[in-house]
Amino acid sequence: MITLKNVSHEWDDFSLKNVSFNVNKGEHFIILGPTAAGKTLILETIAGFYVPRKGKILLNGKEITHTPPEKRNIGFVYQDYSLFPHMNVKENVAFGLKMQKLPKREIETKVQDIMDSMGISYLENRLPSTLSGGEQQRVALARSLVIDPEILLLDEPLSSLDPRTRETLRDELKRIHEMKGTTTIHVTHDQDEALALADRIGVIMDGELVQVDEPYRVFNEPVTEEIATFVGVENVIEGKINSNQEGVALVETGNYTIRALSKLTEGEVNVFIRPENIILSKVRLESSARNSISGKISRISQFGATFRVYMDNGLSALVTKHAIEELGLKVGENVYASFKATAIHLIKR
Amino acid sequence: MATKKALTGVKRHSLSLIFLFVGSLLILFTMLTLFNMIFRQLVFDTGGLLEAAADPEVIESIVLTLYCSFLATLIGAILGTPLAYVLARHDFLGKTVVESVIDLPVVIPHSVAGIALYALFMSRSPVGGAFSSIGVVFEDSMWGIVVAMLFVSTPFYVNAAREGFQSINPRLERVARTLGASHWKSFYKITLPLTVRHLFSGAVMAWARGISEFGAVVIIAYYPMIAPVLIFHKYTTHGLAGSQPIAVLLILICIGVFILLRVSSKYWEKKK
Repeated sequence: MITLKNVSHEWDDFSLKNVSFNVNKGEHFIILGPTAAGKTLILETIAGFYVPRKGKILLNGKEITHTPPEKRNIGFVYQDYSLFPHMNVKENVAFGLKMQKLPKREIETKVQDIMDSMGISYLENRLPSTLSGGEQQRVALARSLVIDPEILLLDEPLSSLDPRTRETLRDELKRIHEMKGTTTIHVTHDQDEALALADRIGVIMDGELVQVDEPYRVFNEPVTEEIATFVGVENVIEGKINSNQEGVALVETGNYTIRALSKLTEGEVNVFIRPENIILSKVRLESSARNSISGKISRISQFGATFRVYMDNGLSALVTKHAIEELGLKVGENVYASFKATAIHLIKR
Repeated sequence: MATKKALTGVKRHSLSLIFLFVGSLLILFTMLTLFNMIFRQLVFDTGGLLEAAADPEVIESIVLTLYCSFLATLIGAILGTPLAYVLARHDFLGKTVVESVIDLPVVIPHSVAGIALYALFMSRSPVGGAFSSIGVVFEDSMWGIVVAMLFVSTPFYVNAAREGFQSINPRLERVARTLGASHWKSFYKITLPLTVRHLFSGAVMAWARGISEFGAVVIIAYYPMIAPVLIFHKYTTHGLAGSQPIAVLLILICIGVFILLRVSSKYWEKKK
């Protein structure tokens, strides 16, 4: 459907380096990365506002690297929605069809249809300045979808909304995507958004696309330490593989040995364990497929509805308030941190 | 208790109050200067004012002033709008130099501007000669007045227009382009309508600046007399009594026109 081949470009203070990926028809592809990683610039390059200095962009097998934006048929929704402030909702939605010079009646029908399906018909005469963030978002989506774009580009579409609207619109995005099947490239820094919507995720760091994978793999098998840290794998322990017996690597970390499911057989590694995969207990949970490591609680802090328990063995775990009370977890207490060999991800150092 | 509260209230606002008092002196200075002249003319010499208003020479010169400044503003807008857009949207080598050039007429003494314009546009110079071969003469002609007014009023229009374009997020144009509008069309359909208020107020400022120009005009075109030149001429030949009625008439007409423009642009905005 759309392919980027070694796309590189320099701006005054930023550059994209050899960005290559391919998005299939109907796919919801999410580019995930921290702020200022070049996410918006990738979208703007795909839309045609910048001609990359190196590399190619192909749409349905045809090169569009030098095609002007108005001839690409690629929809764009900016983070701030960028509705035309001097036009009401209906005029905003109709803009693209007017540019195509369609007959008036056809424009009318198409605009009405899309506004109905987005639930914004009641807003048709309102000016953008009078709309809430969520309403503006729907109008911006309707405006770019009405022209039936080959690809829809979404630039942090949910990040300027309040948490509740965000959740509603996230479901809405999913519904629209399932209904229309529009190929979508969506950039975000929000992992939850990526997990909820993406068919595949491309992780971008400092202008470079560092991993393209299914969501599960990005979150559980990040290929670099930066990605691991960014996607929230916050237990990173240095170790050395002693041996590998039938796919289970024994990693010596200095104070304890970790059993990890891995193909690696030797060498220095980083061990990644997501905090929510660690179970705390007062007694050792013995099992061959499980690690159970003792430690003393050094700190407990609250994270929203959950608590994070830090131990002197370098691990931290996410637990509920209920678990804290049930187990009587306190700073200075001895506990066992248990996690499955399959919940561990090893990256060579 | 209440008094104490009120007192601390005054104390808390003392800075603003003192600043307001100091600032109002400046407003008073401007108002008093103009009001004194207008008031004395209206009360003590109504006849003189009516006489000036009935004098074809006076009316002709005021109309000429407004018209020439209108032409200068029109030329400035046609040439200045694209320049303002480029300055607002693009960074390029030497941009600071270009911006300084635009502001130059503000810092140059206007008699100097007049001499420079005269040297360039007189029929004996290459540029003036080229124009005169197609029948456009600047010395002591309407076109001389227009170029002088254009020179001094350009910064006002270009700067206002540039600020207007800068206030429009370029993303709006970009979105318009993804929706199938060419670059020209996105400028015409999106940016221009959103900036029209800035362009209009810039044009009004430039027009006002043109009307008020004396120094540059008087050197290149003493005749036909625009109102400021006529007022100066009357002052040197007939003194205060001869020049003041025309001055008051010009001020009243200008204030009237400005109020009209302001109101109409407000109304226009509301209608939209």
